[in-house]
Amino acid sequence: MYKTIMVPVDLAHAEKLEKAIATAADLAKHYNVPVCFVGVTTALPGTIAHSPAEFGAKLEKFAKAEGTKRGIKASSLVKVSHDPSIDLDKTLIEAAAEAEADLAVMASHVPGLPEHIFASNAGYLAAHAPFSVLVVR
Amino acid sequence: MTDEIDMSPDGAANIIETDYQIGQDNIQTRIGPFGLDIHNPVFLISGLTIVAFVFFTLAFQNSVGPLFNDLRVWLTSTFDWFFLSAANIFVLVCFALIVSPLGKVRIGGTEAVPDYSYSGWFAMLFAAGMGIGLMFYGVSEPISHYSSSLAADAGTADSWAPLAGAAGDSDAARNLGMAATIFHWGLHPWAIYAVVALSLAIFSYNKGLPLTIRSVFYPIFGDRVWGWIGHVIDTLAVFATLFGLATSLGFGAEQANAGLQFLFGWPVSDVSKVFLITGITAVALISVVAGLDAGVKRLSEINMVLAALLLLFVTLAGPTMEILRGFVTNLIAYGEYLPSLSNPFGRSDDNFRQGWTSFYWAWWISWSPFVGMFIARVSRGRTVREFITCVLLIPSLVSVFWMTAFGGTAISQIVNDGYQAVADASLELKLFIMLEQLPLTQIASFVGIILVIVFFVTSSDSGSLVIDTITAGGKVDAPVPQRVFWAIFEGLVAIALLLGGGLGALQAMAVSTGFPFTIVLLLACYATVKALMSEPRT
Repeated sequence: MYKTIMVPVDLAHAEKLEKAIATAADLAKHYNVPVCFVGVTTALPGTIAHSPAEFGAKLEKFAKAEGTKRGIKASSLVKVSHDPSIDLDKTLIEAAAEAEADLAVMASHVPGLPEHIFASNAGYLAAHAPFSVLVVR
Repeated sequence: MTDEIDMSPDGAANIIETDYQIGQDNIQTRIGPFGLDIHNPVFLISGLTIVAFVFFTLAFQNSVGPLFNDLRVWLTSTFDWFFLSAANIFVLVCFALIVSPLGKVRIGGTEAVPDYSYSGWFAMLFAAGMGIGLMFYGVSEPISHYSSSLAADAGTADSWAPLAGAAGDSDAARNLGMAATIFHWGLHPWAIYAVVALSLAIFSYNKGLPLTIRSVFYPIFGDRVWGWIGHVIDTLAVFATLFGLATSLGFGAEQANAGLQFLFGWPVSDVSKVFLITGITAVALISVVAGLDAGVKRLSEINMVLAALLLLFVTLAGPTMEILRGFVTNLIAYGEYLPSLSNPFGRSDDNFRQGWTSFYWAWWISWSPFVGMFIARVSRGRTVREFITCVLLIPSLVSVFWMTAFGGTAISQIVNDGYQAVADASLELKLFIMLEQLPLTQIASFVGIILVIVFFVTSSDSGSLVIDTITAGGKVDAPVPQRVFWAIFEGLVAIALLLGGGLGALQAMAVSTGFPFTIVLLLACYATVKALMSEPRT
């Protein structure tokens, strides 16, 4: 049914991702497909890493750990964005194409007023991405 | 931080290992429906200080206004030698870096590739750096220096002429006037920007420290920069940037209003000015929400094309041969007068040296945290040599050409055609009065007005990005409502000062921050050279 499942990851809030990753792992096992963890960063030093290279290493480690823990085939992909607060959605769509993912499983927060002004990432992707999106609340 | 993970950026770089985690002092919270990720206490202190300053300026105008102005005049007059010497040092440091082996260090590590093409990069650094100033002073400043140099009192204590002036000698006055103007818009301002931008870029992209002004001081203060020393430096940067932008926006609205009245008969009124500030802020908001690439960069590129067209038009429609010859003569005059114009000691042109040069240097320096930080952010992947060539030499040459075309045409109108109107016009109208003598006046003037407005938009949106980054402790991925807040805040401060009076007073205050920042920049030179020496070269 699917080729690859993409799971966007915010390494700064990895603890909030448990439900989304568990869902993705279940689907991956069910369809016997790999999971690709995607992280978006800037070239500037941030909370998680000093550089994209370090960010990539951390994400790879995270993906490996999740793969072993959940018994799935896991890989990682880093995308560097000039302005991730704005370009995140667009970057995730590019990442899906690069990872050849046709299903994204992503965590979302409870929608509130700002979503009427600034669309939530999951909401934007569900509306605009050329692949399937499963939003986990 | 895990040990087994390589922290290097692209290719080799000598990262600074510190236990400080970017964002560790941040407050992540929600106010109403909006998520926030702000530095504690820089965000709050700078916001409150700005509100307090606006409040006191409005409430006690009669005493606060003169106080701020006196402070500015006192600083630029008493410490003129300091501003002039410091700016000379920045130029020398830049040239030394171009020719030294340190020029081979690459921003972002040995293997880093540039984030932006030359055209996009150049457009952004020009739009942030001085686009707006060139629009206003391109015609007026050459005329001012030319007239004061030519006047009979040139060389006396009352004169505002540069150096000894050239009383009665039109050709010499023209050369001196152009050289003095180019001096204020050439190597020195761009060297100031280059020093700040380079240090921030190296400490962030190569050393792994957060993109805030305090990071530059890590080699000097060590981990203490994360404490109050750093808070003070960052708060001062936010203060200078916000007041610099807001007061320019206020004055810009007055000037744009005058231009619109001249062209289309718009009434000059508070309503028109508030309308202009609101309009500029609204477009800046759209740009800031569209992001760096789709917003700021695209607008900067549009502006660069428009500015190039206007420059080309003035060159072709104006005295073309005179301008082309003038480019060479002015460049030679600049080189000839540079040593005496930049000499900090033993000069008798007090009015010019303190009122023009020293004021300009303080002004550029007070803008440098903003412009420097913005340039730093978009300069990854360039070598130091490439960086300084593009931030120092090429913009200086563009300034020479711009001043030659706009100022040279105006002076030629005065000297050859006896067109006195351009000399008599008020500052904000000089550009349009000059364009009146050229064909297609309406179109050219309209392009001029659009350029002024869009340059304000690009300053406003890049300024909001910079303030947001500083007040988020160096994070560039803070929630979008924060940058929206700063863009609106800047517009509100501009409107409050415009309606309540006090634009001049707070601009003087913003320029006064040039003094502490000169010390900051001198230390930054030392820290940067030291940092570069530990970097691998490509």
